[in-house]
Amino acid sequence: MGGIQVGNLCHNVGSAARTMMDTMDAIRNILADQFWFSIVLGLVVFGGIQGAVAYAILLERKISAWTQDRYGPNRVGPYGILQPIADGLKFFLKEDIIPANVDKALFIFAPWMIFVVALVGFAVIPWGGSFKWGWMEATAKPMVVQVASVDIGLLYIVAVSSLSVYGVVLGGWASNNKYSFYGAIRAAAQMLSYEVPMGMCLMAAILMTGSLRLEEMVDWQARHGWAVMYHPIAALVLFITALAEANRMPFDLAESEQELIGGYHTEYSALKLALFFLAEYSHMITSSAMMICIFFGGYLVPGWEWLNTTPTFGAALVRVAVFAFKIFLFICLYMLIRWTIPRFRFDQLMRLAWKGLVPMTMTLVAAQGLVLYMGWSQWTTTAVNIGVFLFGGFVSVAGGKAVTGRQLSLRRAEAMG
Amino acid sequence: MTAKPDWKQTDIIHVDQPELSMTERMYLPQIFGGMKTTLRHMFKKKLRDETVVQYPEQKRQLRKEIYRGVHRLNRDDQGRVACVACFMCETACPAHCIHIEGAESPWPDREKYPIKFDIDELRCIYCGMCEEACPVDAIELTPEYHLVGGSREEMIFDKEKLLNIFDRTKDEKPRKNPNITGY
Ligand code: SF4
Ligand code: SF4
Repeated sequence: MGGIQVGNLCHNVGSAARTMMDTMDAIRNILADQFWFSIVLGLVVFGGIQGAVAYAILLERKISAWTQDRYGPNRVGPYGILQPIADGLKFFLKEDIIPANVDKALFIFAPWMIFVVALVGFAVIPWGGSFKWGWMEATAKPMVVQVASVDIGLLYIVAVSSLSVYGVVLGGWASNNKYSFYGAIRAAAQMLSYEVPMGMCLMAAILMTGSLRLEEMVDWQARHGWAVMYHPIAALVLFITALAEANRMPFDLAESEQELIGGYHTEYSALKLALFFLAEYSHMITSSAMMICIFFGGYLVPGWEWLNTTPTFGAALVRVAVFAFKIFLFICLYMLIRWTIPRFRFDQLMRLAWKGLVPMTMTLVAAQGLVLYMGWSQWTTTAVNIGVFLFGGFVSVAGGKAVTGRQLSLRRAEAMG
Repeated sequence: MTAKPDWKQTDIIHVDQPELSMTERMYLPQIFGGMKTTLRHMFKKKLRDETVVQYPEQKRQLRKEIYRGVHRLNRDDQGRVACVACFMCETACPAHCIHIEGAESPWPDREKYPIKFDIDELRCIYCGMCEEACPVDAIELTPEYHLVGGSREEMIFDKEKLLNIFDRTKDEKPRKNPNITGY
């Protein structure tokens, strides 16, 4: 009797161990398959972005407070670090009001639309290059730390991020409120105008690196150095247009609290309002990630050659950390700008885009094309960039009008009649 | 003959807006200048510690003489309500939040006194017009600003409550004028 029992036990232990091995193998196989890895990565990125957005809002409140010699939220948890949780809870518990005369379907749809659109942009961001698991064979295809590696990565981001204006327009229009509507049309006009210089900047970068894949753009920069050295003004203009696309100060005419109450989200409350905020901040993160990939070397650090060439999982983690740190710096810059510069007037906004940024970036694209055609050194475009900027300043002085059109007051002779 | 104006043409000074310089027209140098200021403030922890008042723990130093907080109804030196129910404050109040009912006074030195005196502290905008209007300085605003209540009804302060506030605050802010009687 006893012998049989012991034998059974041994058998059980053995099979349990074998099942565990099998499970481990299965997990390894799944992790080594790009499809499943992408799904896991997508979930991780989704969660990470949500957390980052919550803390970005806290950071924004802190920075705004510090620049104004205040403390900012400091009651919930030490230094207020639990504030995002309190905020989130509050958004959930608030009464969700749907006003009587709104277009109900669109009113409910708009915040979800803008939220989803703001999130899917992350799919093509190369967070940390490629790597191999320790258990993978040397010949196996390396894993890519990117949810989807598609040929038209950059176009995809541009297309998706410009879709977010639909959410704004729908929200403003469905609200059946004049202020919301004004906010929505302003947002639409602004996005249309700033899409043009943005496209031009991207075009210059695409011509230079010869690819629409963000990961290849980063690789190009690993070989030639950060693209911002060759196109400083294009990088700058891209940053300006990114501010405009995300409806951030100094381009937040769609919200402009002093004139339009809350702009397009005046009528929204509770969770739907929270979605608009989430979308705005996710948009900031996407656009900074895009800018970093194109102009600021992605996950590269100058002088750290090993970072780009080591194919291990640990190195990939370091690359992701570097990337996240760069995004953090960009977000801080966004916020600092918000609390420094006043808002543009609408005509100034349009004039800046059409009379300032568009001609400048067009020149840059032409110069980049010429450099490629003639086979000149890439540094030529640096000179062209600086030249274009100085020329712009010179023209505005000679023409007597700033690009954003500050009105000259009547001179003494004119005033006296 | 029209009267000559008492100003001369030469007194007028036309001020032209200053022309923008090249750096101003190119924005960037100016923006960086602005960001330098913001950054400087961001890292001024000492200034922050000096200026910020952490409210429930620390309290602001008020100028008690002029601070316009919750109202009180003053008592005269015999402990009676000083108000003579003249309705001046009710008339002056821009928020229409004072409601008075007058009655014949039981005292020989005045004709009327209020039997009811309600102030809706939620509607009040603390402008101090009532204090200005009162001919006997019976209603005054005090430096008390901790106003809490669990319901709207609780925030309608009646005569008793307002007189109580006087008892509480009379040491902190003595009644401005001595009692005026003989009405
Ligand atoms: S302070 Fe102004 S609003 Fe308040 S009761 Fe007096 S007059 Fe009315
Ligand atoms: S103005 Fe003064 S005396 Fe007249 S009713 Fe008001 S508080 Fe009373």
